[in-house]
Amino acid sequence: MDWRWDFTFDTVLPRILPGLWVTVEVTFLSFILTLVLGLVLMLARRSRSRIISFAAGEFIEFMRGMPLLVVIFFLFFLLPEVNIYLAPFWTGVLAMGIYNAAPAAEIMRGGLQAVPKGQWEAAHALNYSTYRTWRNVILPQAIGPVVPGLGNLLILAFKETPLLSFVAVPEMPDAARRIASETYRFTEPLTVVGILFLILSLASALLIRLVERHMLTENRYAK
Amino acid sequence: MQRSPIVVLVPIAFLVGLYFAVFSSVAEFLPALLNGLTVTIKVAVPSVLLAYLISVVAGLGRLAPIGPVRWASAIYIEVFRGVSLLVILFWLYFVLPEFGLTMSAYTAALLGISLNAGAYGAEIVRGAVQAVPKGQYEACTTLNYPVWHKYTRIILPQALVIAVPAMTNMTIELLKGTALVSAVTLVDLTAAGVRQNQMTYRTVEIFSVLALIYFCLAQVVRFSGVRIEQFFNRHLGAD
Amino acid sequence: MPNEKIRFEGVTKRYGALTVLDKLDLSINEGEVVTIIGPSGSGKTTVLRCLMTLESIEDGVIRIDGEPLNMMERDGTLVPASTGHLRKMRRKLGMVFQSFNLFPHLTVLQNCAEPPVLALGVKRDEARKRAQELLEMVGMSDKHAHYPAQLSGGQQQRVAIARTLAMQPDILVFDEPTSALDPETIEEVTSVIRALAVKHSYTMLMVTHQIDFAHDISDRICFFDKGRIVEQGPPAAVIDAPSEARTQQFLSKVAQAR
Ligand SMILES: Nc1ncnc2c1ncn2[C@@H]1O[C@H](COP(=O)(O)OP(=O)(O)OP(=O)(O)O)[C@@H](O)[C@H]1O
Ligand SMILES: [Mg+2]
Repeated sequence: MDWRWDFTFDTVLPRILPGLWVTVEVTFLSFILTLVLGLVLMLARRSRSRIISFAAGEFIEFMRGMPLLVVIFFLFFLLPEVNIYLAPFWTGVLAMGIYNAAPAAEIMRGGLQAVPKGQWEAAHALNYSTYRTWRNVILPQAIGPVVPGLGNLLILAFKETPLLSFVAVPEMPDAARRIASETYRFTEPLTVVGILFLILSLASALLIRLVERHMLTENRYAK
Repeated sequence: MQRSPIVVLVPIAFLVGLYFAVFSSVAEFLPALLNGLTVTIKVAVPSVLLAYLISVVAGLGRLAPIGPVRWASAIYIEVFRGVSLLVILFWLYFVLPEFGLTMSAYTAALLGISLNAGAYGAEIVRGAVQAVPKGQYEACTTLNYPVWHKYTRIILPQALVIAVPAMTNMTIELLKGTALVSAVTLVDLTAAGVRQNQMTYRTVEIFSVLALIYFCLAQVVRFSGVRIEQFFNRHLGAD
Repeated sequence: MPNEKIRFEGVTKRYGALTVLDKLDLSINEGEVVTIIGPSGSGKTTVLRCLMTLESIEDGVIRIDGEPLNMMERDGTLVPASTGHLRKMRRKLGMVFQSFNLFPHLTVLQNCAEPPVLALGVKRDEARKRAQELLEMVGMSDKHAHYPAQLSGGQQQRVAIARTLAMQPDILVFDEPTSALDPETIEEVTSVIRALAVKHSYTMLMVTHQIDFAHDISDRICFFDKGRIVEQGPPAAVIDAPSEARTQQFLSKVAQAR
């Protein structure tokens, strides 16, 4: 093996770091979409209409068995056929946003289910409005288990962004692959990408643990 | 999680698939997809077994009383959970040869997938072992159980039951992970679908069939998990 | 002069800054039934857990049949006990837990027959036969194929007692054996323990909040407070005519609660 530091610093890093920025952008933009779609799905799942609730439940189950890559390719091929022309970047954001909506819905539902039924009844007995019930009674209690769950989902989303390199979104592995195919050197670009991923996901996992602990001490409702 | 409608849906899905295969233009690309499916299964099945093995070894290693064993397990778990599966696959297939370790695409796929899933599984196993009530450990101590029997007869059988639902999810994630093996030149179900799409442009049909097949595979895993859980619960008299 | 079976010498146990047992001295003779009573948090459970080697102790020695438990003699000095020594000493001890701690994935019979095979090397057939006899004794032989989750609390505790006896200990230790039970099933467990205390020669150390039951079966009562023995003696003295103010106060509170 020969590892070339000059190559690493002069060629690899300057070309991969912009990819890192794309990775972060995709992660956050798609996650916003995930939260919105997840909320909609979760509400549909809890709907009083049994058809809507059943359909949402089956859709969630269906999406959970579907590889992200299939979703990405499907949108990538389908959208142009129906005359929607998006940059690969935005197709990627869309695909990841949709893909993670199902687990997000389940996490949110889990948080709501963790609030005892008596709390709803107590709010009702106190004659709280729907808004006050959610704002002052339900959400403060549901948020505890939801935040770490969604945080972990965010990390998972971050680790899934490399899949977008399959459709040439210029994030890290894609950049690494371009360098490799130009210079015939795989070691430095791929190792740098691996290390960057490791650092970022360890750091974000740590961050989530800190937030979780902060919430446990802040949140008087938690055990 | 009990999902009886799903169990009904699986045969229906197969019937729909059969209909497509026989009566429509799906017949054009279905053989290629089925070839891809065999690759997916050939990668998935051994990966699942290897991942389970790794999960137990690394999960227990994480709790071992010997420091270096514990640290090694922790490092393995953090690294292989922290890095994307795609990056791991690239690394095994393209970088390791630079270190003098060349492996076939199939081996790289199998290793990459099971090392990645095994790291998640190890955390599941660790959590499950820790979830066995403290009283069970204390009963073993007061009854003078040897360490080996304490784990094989008392702790692990109980941990196994606790781990089943999470392990089911891990297995489904692993299955989804096999869609990435085209990164190391294997033509699995997804890759076959993409190729066929580039030739025939029947995007909706091809991807419906892909989704249906993945859905069925996931349901098989989910259903087996539920059955295993039921089996254990019956044994524990919890029903 | 009866044989001394268990001896606590200046035993001190701390959790961080909290001293739970404070230079405890306690001696129990062979065949004696001793019951510890006292307010919650006074360290009763801790005494039993230290004896069972489930907790380490910071200072002092516990002796069984004159031999140190947490230490062992080597070349005339006391060194911390090896695993082998602990295993040997624990053979003499059997514990019944407040929460039963039966193995949920094993049947009643397996719960009682497996430990002697794995820990003592008893033959499988022999262990089964003995387990069946013991289940008969505690009145659980008809449920031998059930799993613990299918039994009531009182039934589980009787099985747990049979499991403990299957290990053939000399000393039986009970930590509030009836506290997790419904009122109507307490009697079935206390009658089994009573039979053990009266008909057999076990040395018994028990913690309970059932003062009447303790009065019935004990040779000696120890009243515990803040990790020390405040008062001890025969039930007729400690329970019926306590001399310490602290004991009187505790007993009147218990009497009120009933
Ligand atoms: N693992 C532990 N860590 C820290 N403190 C502990 C621990 N176990 C017990 N303690 C403390 O030691 C003290 C004595 O506990 P112990 O369980 O012996 O009380 P007890 O007399 O059995 O009470 P109870 O009647 O409620 O069972 C208590 O103040 C308890 O909080
Ligand atoms: Mg206690």
